[in-house]
Amino acid sequence: MKYRYLPQTDQDKREMLETLGISSIEELFSDIPEEVRFKGALQIPEALSEPELVKYFTGLSNKNVNFSTHVNFLGAGVYQHYTPSTVNHMLLRGEFFTAYTPYQPEISQGELQAIFEFQTMVCELTGMEVANSSMYDGATSLAEAAMMAAGHTGKKRVIVSRAVHPEARGVLKTYAYGQNVELVEVGINSDGVTDPQALEALINDSTAAVIVQYPNFFGNVEDLSAIESIAHGNGALLITSSNPLALGVLEAPGKLGADIVVGDMQPFGIPASFGGPHCGYFATTTKLMRKMPGRIVGQTKDENGKRGFVLTLQAREQHIRREKATSNICSNQALLALAASITMTALGKQGVQEMAMMNLQKAHYAKQALQAKGLEVVFASPFFNEFAVKLSKPVAEVNKNLLAAGIIGGYDLGLDYPEFADHMLLAVTELRTKEEIDQLAQELEAITRA
Amino acid sequence: MHKNQEKALIFEMSKPGRVGYNLPELDVPEVEVASLLPKHLIRETPAELPEVSELQLVRHYTELSRRNHGVDNGFYPLGSCTMKYNPKINEDIARYPGFAQTHPYQPEETVQGALELLYNLQEELAEITGMDKVTLQPAAGAAGEWTGLMMIRAYHESRGEGHRTKVIVPNSAHGTNPASAAVAGLDTVTIPSNERGLVDIQALRDAVGSDTAALMLTNPNTLGLFEEDIVEMAQIVHEAGGLLYYDGANANAILGIARPGDMGFDVVHLNLHKTFTGPHGGGGPGAGPVGVKKVLEPFLPTPIVEKKEDGTFYWDSNRPQSIGRVKGYNGNFGILVRAYSYIRTMGPEGLLQVSQNAVLNANYMMRRLATAYHLPFDQVCKHEFVLSGVIQKKLGVRTLDIAKRLLDFGYHPPTIYFPLIVDECLMIEPTETETKETLDEFIDAMLQIARECEETPELVQEAPHTTVVKRLDEATAARKPILRYQPQA
Repeated sequence: MKYRYLPQTDQDKREMLETLGISSIEELFSDIPEEVRFKGALQIPEALSEPELVKYFTGLSNKNVNFSTHVNFLGAGVYQHYTPSTVNHMLLRGEFFTAYTPYQPEISQGELQAIFEFQTMVCELTGMEVANSSMYDGATSLAEAAMMAAGHTGKKRVIVSRAVHPEARGVLKTYAYGQNVELVEVGINSDGVTDPQALEALINDSTAAVIVQYPNFFGNVEDLSAIESIAHGNGALLITSSNPLALGVLEAPGKLGADIVVGDMQPFGIPASFGGPHCGYFATTTKLMRKMPGRIVGQTKDENGKRGFVLTLQAREQHIRREKATSNICSNQALLALAASITMTALGKQGVQEMAMMNLQKAHYAKQALQAKGLEVVFASPFFNEFAVKLSKPVAEVNKNLLAAGIIGGYDLGLDYPEFADHMLLAVTELRTKEEIDQLAQELEAITRA
Repeated sequence: MHKNQEKALIFEMSKPGRVGYNLPELDVPEVEVASLLPKHLIRETPAELPEVSELQLVRHYTELSRRNHGVDNGFYPLGSCTMKYNPKINEDIARYPGFAQTHPYQPEETVQGALELLYNLQEELAEITGMDKVTLQPAAGAAGEWTGLMMIRAYHESRGEGHRTKVIVPNSAHGTNPASAAVAGLDTVTIPSNERGLVDIQALRDAVGSDTAALMLTNPNTLGLFEEDIVEMAQIVHEAGGLLYYDGANANAILGIARPGDMGFDVVHLNLHKTFTGPHGGGGPGAGPVGVKKVLEPFLPTPIVEKKEDGTFYWDSNRPQSIGRVKGYNGNFGILVRAYSYIRTMGPEGLLQVSQNAVLNANYMMRRLATAYHLPFDQVCKHEFVLSGVIQKKLGVRTLDIAKRLLDFGYHPPTIYFPLIVDECLMIEPTETETKETLDEFIDAMLQIARECEETPELVQEAPHTTVVKRLDEATAARKPILRYQPQA
């Protein structure tokens, strides 16, 4: 068997062994005790040639319903959006995707500058002063924000809205357990937004932070101003998690007083990819800058006074702080941050607004179309590109029927919220046409009446 | 663009009115935004994002890429990072619509191909590491470490031994190890290495006790040396009631040769972006699957892919003792696809040869470079080795200078100043995908630099001479941080 990734010929090996003064590669493993040597062959499938490999993986891929075979109305944190062709072409440049963390700035100016531009774009969208170079995803970014708030304030109590993505709350719970932070959930009111009275009742002066999602998991737009005054009125930080595309039309959380803004850049040029890799973002204020987790790029000058970029504020990071670290993140999602940067560049100032506006308009059209077919839209709150409908049948059953009609249906809210059994969360992005929306309305009417 | 010019930021190329996208016309009736959103939540000032044409965009990112060094450009012997070739076919496969264009919340029956892939990968990684069960959820190596330690903590707590909070790490450990312990709510106890660069067994005996949660170990360690006393070490830790954690950053040395599970480890994480060719992406994404022995299975994070008797696959989220969720959705799926494509390309014999050749390449380089650089631990190494620049330091040249001089030869330098226990350290990992010719050329460059240190030290001290920027002022960058572009007033 020949292996195209292994270049050493028999002659190469002979020459190298000769230099080493030994007669076999085996001698290089003489330091491994016999009792832990693995005998025999690993029980995994034999190697595939390249054509066989393509055939095998094409077969696996073809077993999956996907956005190219069906019309998709599923969102709930992961969205199908327009991605300019340029994104993939640029990402596939080996200089980017086969490099690692830019430890040697002189030969990594491309990556460093791209990250510096990414940080700037994140600041622009969120209305915050500083941003890092990325986190694993929106969920871990949110959890890190909560841990940072606890570390900064020295308080161990964090309040999180039930309208925050259930998986993000799940990850937050795991992080909080690890760092002995107490988590308190605040409920939602009948409009599907965080209940301000309940928040008032739960918050106290030992609260490190209040976390809300904007727009929230149900698609509803939280009144950040109201929550901000409750949080800050009690000495807590305000953390928001935001779909960055929504910020093309919604007021920036930074303008509304948020102290930390996190979320996932997935809507900007990052494929849904069955849930990852996506790209968490993390933005905060200059005041909290030195508490921020993750890698940060800064601008500086070289010996000749020429502008250049470096990894900076590294005294915060795990490899320096070791056991005193408050975050252990090392590898991040740099390549996806690049994808998001390229997408935000392609869309630009106008495109981000236009695309956000299309989501807003189409989702509201869909709401009316469904209502016109007699379906019940659950919440009366303002929303961005998602809304919940109440069905007369279980969501799984409805989705099965939709699938037969060529549609990937919405998210089953009953999975996470017992009170919302038979409630479906639908996402309508700029890619859905009027025709597709009308078809969804018709199918839903037919299925739920049948 | 001339190499000596500053590269404009994308914002500096921007001109109002230019676009690099094309969206369809709105095909639904447009409604006044003020009727949809409350006034105070409608954005007042648009985000100042770039306004450039498509060709400007392409030239900008192409120019940035030319200012970046990846494995595709040239040799990248960055120790502990396993900068091997990233197969192009894996990039194609990860982009198949059935993988890239699927939603994590699709019904199980619509994503059987994706679930089958994940299940097979779980099973095969378990076989490769000698563990019983694998989670693919963690997003990177550090996330894997934390996940493993959280499971260890949950295990001890489930046995009423929540007082076991000490994680023992050797002083050669990766910085992430103690940091991961800290964020898992555990304390680190650092033990010294002996004169051979291995864990000091007596120090380990002295360190274990009724408060021991785990020993965290990289094997081969960060010096590239195999911990020969691993069986005895496992026994010491287990007898004290602790568990053994294997940091798989260096797994490229042992595929098909020795398995952490057989060495006595209870938890293993792998860095798929290192050993299994997921591209490093300029800093990520990674993937950090974690394998465990039976005793830890109940604590694995949710969800896990399982197979039914009828051969179909499903998500198992009903795991009452689980530590919970460690990441959103289904891990870094796209990286898992790439890694699985690699495993299926290599097969059992191929993976074995990967490690054999990685170790051969490293030993060959070590032996030849030891003629000019100090070799602090003179014995066979595994997939990487460390040299010390102490000889050159006496000539007034630091390891940092040597690294910068390597840039002039078109190489990415080795990892420097790590591990912390070797003075003026250079940590070199050639990987198995490099030809002997490349190794020889790099060795020649290193030998030339050693000569330069003696004959023309200023040439090395003032390096690099050929890069787009010279050495950068990192102190000012940290003291007066400029972290975003600000338009000129």
